[in-house]
Amino acid sequence: MHDVLINTKILVKNNEIADQNRKLLKEKGIFAVNLMSSPGSGKTSIIEKTIALLKDRVKITVVVGDIQTDLDAQRIAKHGIPVRQINTGRSCHLDAHMIQHTLPWIFEQGETDLLIIENVGNMACPAEYDLGEDLKVTVMSVTEGDDKPLKYPALFRTSRYLLINKVDLLSHTNFNMEKARQNALAINPELKIIETSCTDETGIAEWVDSILNTGDTK
Amino acid sequence: MHELSIVTSIIGIVRENMALHGVGRLKKIKIQVGEMTAVEPEALRFCFGICAEGTDMEGAILDIEEVPVIGQCVHCKKEFTLDRYSDSRCPECGGEAGNYVSGTELDIISMEVE
Repeated sequence: MHDVLINTKILVKNNEIADQNRKLLKEKGIFAVNLMSSPGSGKTSIIEKTIALLKDRVKITVVVGDIQTDLDAQRIAKHGIPVRQINTGRSCHLDAHMIQHTLPWIFEQGETDLLIIENVGNMACPAEYDLGEDLKVTVMSVTEGDDKPLKYPALFRTSRYLLINKVDLLSHTNFNMEKARQNALAINPELKIIETSCTDETGIAEWVDSILNTGDTK
Repeated sequence: MHELSIVTSIIGIVRENMALHGVGRLKKIKIQVGEMTAVEPEALRFCFGICAEGTDMEGAILDIEEVPVIGQCVHCKKEFTLDRYSDSRCPECGGEAGNYVSGTELDIISMEVE
């Protein structure tokens, strides 16, 4: 009986494919954003608002992950944007391999400046899977509770931006914004936090500017 | 439940290494899982048992070392362990943990073979 040293990342295959995706996207001049959150926090609404503000300036393509249905893709297609639904079957997250298979379709859509990937609604699993994106963004909403960052630290640790959505509902909840910010920054002091509402458009312009600025300076 | 796909990755890597080193029966796989990952050790063991059943890996042990989260204070640079059940701050100055020194591992360390 003897020990054989392996010393490797368990997700090494995913990470290799993610690096290939990143390289191919960069070659095409595409800036990729991965939106992650629990179900119902407003990812699709944020994408719709982003499209409305940006589509005259920037060529956008969207990839949407869900376990079943193409309901989100139908919503986005109404904005005249190329959109591809990935049904993950029973899988709770997108992985680099799924994105790799979608790249040929993305490149067929003509020139794309901004690729928005809407991950499967889940605060745990997507955190571990690099897709090859340039920017990881977490969305949480005020109806979910200000303790979310402490409960799902991996997601908040890996993200560069946090959108706290549905702030128009703040007065109807016991959500403590100051506490939420403190909790998020305790996990990731570098996190940039934007308060948003897709109903009254709070913070949407700031969010869109952030994508443009990050994309330019990458 | 992404533990199943993680177990599938583990088995794939171990099989490659078994072929590479031309070894016989697998007895144990040693892995490290950081407490800052979104991975549940008990679910990994459960999934591994199911995946190994009826194969030459049946009976092998998935030995999981859970690695505590150690952060470095953004202000005074002191390293401290974060308690996963509370909002942990630097015991010296109350600052947040910036860089994580450990706790984000999701690694295969070694395998024990006959």
